[in-house]
Amino acid sequence: MLELNNIVKKYFIGEPNELTVLKGLNLKINEGEFVAIVGQSGSGKSTLMNIMGALDRPTEGGYSLDGVDVSSMGDGQLSEIRNQKIGFVFQTFNLIPRTTALSNVQLPLFYMGVPKKLRVAKAKELLKLVEMDERMNHLPSELSGGQKQRVAIARALVNDPSIILADEPTGALDTSTGNLVMDIFLKINREQKKTVILITHNEELAAQTQRVITIRDGEIISDKVA
Amino acid sequence: MIWENIQLSFTSLLSNKMRALLTMLGIIIGIMSIITIVIIGDAMSASVTDELAGLGADNITVSVQERGRTSSGMGGMGMGGGGARQTAALTGRTPLSEDLLSDTMVADMLAFFPEDIQGVSITHALGNAEVRDMDRTANISISGVNPDYTFANSVELISGRWITTEDLEANAMTAVVSDRLVSQMFPQGTHPIGQQVRVFMPSSIEIYTIVGVYRHVENAFMGMMMAADEIPTNFYIPLTTARHGLLERNYTNMTVIGAPDTDINVLTSALQMYFDMVYISNEFWQVHVSNMTSMLDMITSTLDTISIAIAFIAGISLLVGGIGVMNIMLVSVTERTREIGTRKALGAKNFHIRFQFVMESLIVASIGGIIGMVLGIFLGGAIASIFGAPMVLSPVVLIGSMLFSMAIGVFFGLYPANKAAKLDPIEALRYE
Repeated sequence: MLELNNIVKKYFIGEPNELTVLKGLNLKINEGEFVAIVGQSGSGKSTLMNIMGALDRPTEGGYSLDGVDVSSMGDGQLSEIRNQKIGFVFQTFNLIPRTTALSNVQLPLFYMGVPKKLRVAKAKELLKLVEMDERMNHLPSELSGGQKQRVAIARALVNDPSIILADEPTGALDTSTGNLVMDIFLKINREQKKTVILITHNEELAAQTQRVITIRDGEIISDKVA
Repeated sequence: MIWENIQLSFTSLLSNKMRALLTMLGIIIGIMSIITIVIIGDAMSASVTDELAGLGADNITVSVQERGRTSSGMGGMGMGGGGARQTAALTGRTPLSEDLLSDTMVADMLAFFPEDIQGVSITHALGNAEVRDMDRTANISISGVNPDYTFANSVELISGRWITTEDLEANAMTAVVSDRLVSQMFPQGTHPIGQQVRVFMPSSIEIYTIVGVYRHVENAFMGMMMAADEIPTNFYIPLTTARHGLLERNYTNMTVIGAPDTDINVLTSALQMYFDMVYISNEFWQVHVSNMTSMLDMITSTLDTISIAIAFIAGISLLVGGIGVMNIMLVSVTERTREIGTRKALGAKNFHIRFQFVMESLIVASIGGIIGMVLGIFLGGAIASIFGAPMVLSPVVLIGSMLFSMAIGVFFGLYPANKAAKLDPIEALRYE
């Protein structure tokens, strides 16, 4: 369960100018939900994602993830939160070049300190889930965009996170491939009861989720449950 | 985790082989230079040691010196030739006959050390002369020697006999000559023993009977200076014959040869104490006793100092190599900003990132170090063999240079690695 209380994020771009990107945002996302956060570029949705992903700290307000207050953690603790509770899926896949799909999927477990045998077994299991087990020894450069994103999803799931944060996961893919990727998210949400948070500006994609939260100018302007 | 980081570093190095090689080049050249210099230095020390040992490492030089004159141990060097007048010229004071070493003193010394002394070599050089017979000539260097000369100097007799006590007692006109002289003076096949040769000296012509022939060993250094045929070879005659007609019967120096199982350094100090006692009442003169060990130590330590100085200069190229590694690592960090961001997003802590990059730099430097070491061994070995010196490989140098290149890898990798570790994940992920 994820809870944001009165989150304010300000950027200081030289005194006295300060830019308030998030203006006292309140949000609660329950376990197993599939939520889309929609907004135009500059609306603050990326900043919100960074905070929810424990990549950044809010200027004001509280953020608790699974009942743990994340908003005041240090860098090392945030690393652990990202490592154990969050699975990231990026628009540009961000697979580590020169390392195989299998190694890429293992990476979060590697940083968690899981022994190699266990890591490989778990990574193989997830590659099978995204139907990439046959290409697990391929390098990212040998994979198509859709395949890369499926590997990235496996990587996001490998540490059994509380939430999956997907930032425009279909943005770099064509429509049909994008739909395939979207199907995977729907599947893992349905079958594994994973909380998936989809950040997008694509209304069509958002319509496939259970709940659509729209952000504009750093504020939630609508929160609709389908 | 360390092993996997090593694998990771290898994959990233192999993905850009040319760059990795160029990065290593500085380290390779640096380590290669150091290893080469050390090998050449060691080889030179070893060959100098060998050469000097050939001159007689068991020899103890006993020489009369003026009191108060600081001795470097060089005073009594050489074959024990020269004469009273030479030393006198150096010091400004002429030793009297009773200040010098005499046959009686030698006999007393032998009586005092009956077990420890194998022999006493006394020589008297008469300088260069020429053996002539019609159109055949040979250059010679005449040395008056006693039978014990062969203990102090390696002389390989190939026929006949050496100078004997009888020769000395009789002031015999006998000579031991080099095989080269024989081939220069006589038609091939002539049996040289018993043949007579005429020796043309500046003020006289003397006739000697050949009683022995030794094998002449070419001196590489002399060979560089003049044609082989013109190098004078030693022409050994009895010491008494050489000194015949001299007013001074005593001598300034001699070479004492220790018995095979005697500790030379112990004997050297015992002899020094003995002669200090003998000369205790002599106001102006004393005896200095020294051996090759002190000489060798001096020469090797000088060579070592030179080697270290040159190796230090070569070390500067290692420093440049290290800066090269740092430069490439910085480029690599910039290139992989996004990768670093991704790793951080997946839960890598700062130390994971730092460790990864330090490891990469360590591996580059280590591989460079190994390649440089191998090249250095080949190059050093090749140069050492050109000089005809034996190749000495000291494990200290190999391990030391390996550790040094690793240290360079860590030192110059630390700054780029820290830079990578401190990247803000959001910025890094956004980096194009």
